[in-house]
Amino acid sequence: MADPAENRTVADSSGPLAQRGGGVHTPRENDLGVYGWVSRVPASYVVFVFVLLLLPAVSSSFVLSQIFSWGLILGMIALSLMFLGGYGGMVSLSQMSVAGMAGYMLAILGSSAITDISIGWPWWLAVPVAIIIATVFCTLTGLLAVRTEGIYTIMITLAIAAAFFYFTRQNYVLFNGFSGFNGLAPPQLFGINWNNAIPFYYLTLFWAASAYCAVLYVSRAPFGLALQGVRDNSRRMAALGFNVTAHRVAAFTFAGVIAAVGGILLVWLNGQISPGTIAINPAIDILIIAIVGGLRRPIGPFVGALIYVILRTFSLDILTSMGLAGERFQLLIGLGFLVIVYWSPDGVLGLWDRWRDRVKSRDPWQRSTGRSIDGDDPS
Amino acid sequence: MGRFIGRHPIWSLIILVIVAMFVWAIFAPWPKEFSAIFGKKKVFLSALFNGITLGGLYFLVASGFTLIFGLMKNVNLAHGSLYLLGGYIGYEVADATGWWLLSFVVAFVVVGFVGILLQYFVFRRMEGEDLRQTLVTIGISIVLADLMLWIWGGDYYQILAPDWLSGPAELPLVTAVKSDGTAVYLKYPIVRLAIFFASVVVGILMWLALNKTRIGMFIRAGVDDRDMLAATGVNVQRIFILVFAFGAGLAGMAGVVGGTFQSMAPGEDIRFLLASLVVVIVGGMGSIPGAALGALLIGLAEQFGSVYFPTYAVVLTFLIMVVVIAFRPQGLISGGS
Repeated sequence: MADPAENRTVADSSGPLAQRGGGVHTPRENDLGVYGWVSRVPASYVVFVFVLLLLPAVSSSFVLSQIFSWGLILGMIALSLMFLGGYGGMVSLSQMSVAGMAGYMLAILGSSAITDISIGWPWWLAVPVAIIIATVFCTLTGLLAVRTEGIYTIMITLAIAAAFFYFTRQNYVLFNGFSGFNGLAPPQLFGINWNNAIPFYYLTLFWAASAYCAVLYVSRAPFGLALQGVRDNSRRMAALGFNVTAHRVAAFTFAGVIAAVGGILLVWLNGQISPGTIAINPAIDILIIAIVGGLRRPIGPFVGALIYVILRTFSLDILTSMGLAGERFQLLIGLGFLVIVYWSPDGVLGLWDRWRDRVKSRDPWQRSTGRSIDGDDPS
Repeated sequence: MGRFIGRHPIWSLIILVIVAMFVWAIFAPWPKEFSAIFGKKKVFLSALFNGITLGGLYFLVASGFTLIFGLMKNVNLAHGSLYLLGGYIGYEVADATGWWLLSFVVAFVVVGFVGILLQYFVFRRMEGEDLRQTLVTIGISIVLADLMLWIWGGDYYQILAPDWLSGPAELPLVTAVKSDGTAVYLKYPIVRLAIFFASVVVGILMWLALNKTRIGMFIRAGVDDRDMLAATGVNVQRIFILVFAFGAGLAGMAGVVGGTFQSMAPGEDIRFLLASLVVVIVGGMGSIPGAALGALLIGLAEQFGSVYFPTYAVVLTFLIMVVVIAFRPQGLISGGS
């Protein structure tokens, strides 16, 4: 399909098109100074960043923590799935378990209300160790998952997520069984109580933006390009001398770090972690967030997470206004997901892209072809 | 079998010794020292029987799953919902008519019909896009789960077995010897034994249907190469619908079985979906004998695990899966794919 690439603004540079074009980038980028580089950032980006930074000034603390902080955290966990699924072609359902592993390790190593189990390490030790353990967990998951391909990855990661969930629910020695841990809070640092809505929002915003930029950077770095090559044609990449398995496992490791950071923040936001946090439904919700937002670019999961969080928070009002009982939230989510998967496999962002394409190029000869979600080349 | 012994003499010996020990442990009364280490023989035997009968149930659920996967390369993640739907329908029928056997027929037909609808309206339209199909099945399972929660609520339901199947049967297996020398025999619920034999019969019938009939030949050919099968003039779409209906119907029937010897509640759908996932990963995707072997292994692992190390029972099941993926990614008995 002849994409009107020339019509696309730099806003599109996060799209796969730009990454694929990454190989033919001219060196002129390097000739620009800092000012030149800044001047190339489109106005919409600047406005967007300002809106994000100034949100606390206009929104209540409930909206800030229950919609934006929560959305950013879920977006981060979904981002790790997007990285694996979109760039690696491996849809993993165990990313919520990785986040949960980080949260559980923080609860066990750090301090919580369950003093019998928690060791009580200071946060600067507990947090990195928890992230490392969760990353190792994700890497091991990857080692298992990459032994098979495609659809099997979903099955195996789903089985791993379920095993972890049932294990935490059964095990009282280490994971405190059904009730899990509570009384977890971010540390007091620099005289700021990070538990308050506004500092915590900036904390999540910082980490979400870092994760977003990291994914964006890695997707254009040699490793990310090789990973996309592996996704598109693993045999050809193997023939070119790339170690396909190592690339896939490394992708799991990278995604594991992001999910682990998300997990730590999630535990701090909720103040507790229990098997319910990492059950099958939340794991599938992460997949739904990533798919609804779109697996094709890193901003997708955040869009999906925002939609999800808003739906979740206001579902009671939406459903009662439609004459349904308020607890039919899952039905709403499931139907919305079905509609998206059925009609727009590349998510809401795909709908947006197609709508913009149609508006910009009203060419009767150009028919947009159905794109598959597993990240085939759109062009 | 002979080839396996010839090729792996040491492994064969080890397997033989383990089997012999198992047989001894089942039939012989246990000496005191042995009971001191492993607990009562009664506990061991009931874990064994529970494991085998649970394996029978898992086989019923997983065989439909693996059949659908083998032919259409479609991971039907709504399979657990079909199982639960069958259970609820069976409950309603048994409750209304009081006829237990009828509930099997109705559950099979109704859930099989749901399967036809799914194949006709959903999967036929996205053939070859297996990721998209899988995602759609996730969506369907969420919607179905919530609809069932809406209709039947969060309560536990149990289907009552008819009188002629209730009560225990005495099996000719000694659990203990009393001080006066009389032997105590194992008592086990008849309904579980009946269900296990039924699942064995279903398995044999499926094997016969797949290997001895014309339709079975088409299905096996479709598993191997469905394009070629279509090229020879077979209406592949009809075969797909047939297999999907049968697999879904089997899940529905398994729901009635599960509702009789366990219970039904929201969440069971996910439990059985995962059981079938693990069973087919362990046994081999798309293979009926693989599903039987995997179901038996997982059923036994779950029951023995929950008896002997309750807090780590899940880990045992999981370890089996990990070991199989690590050493035989295609499963113990690999299917047609």
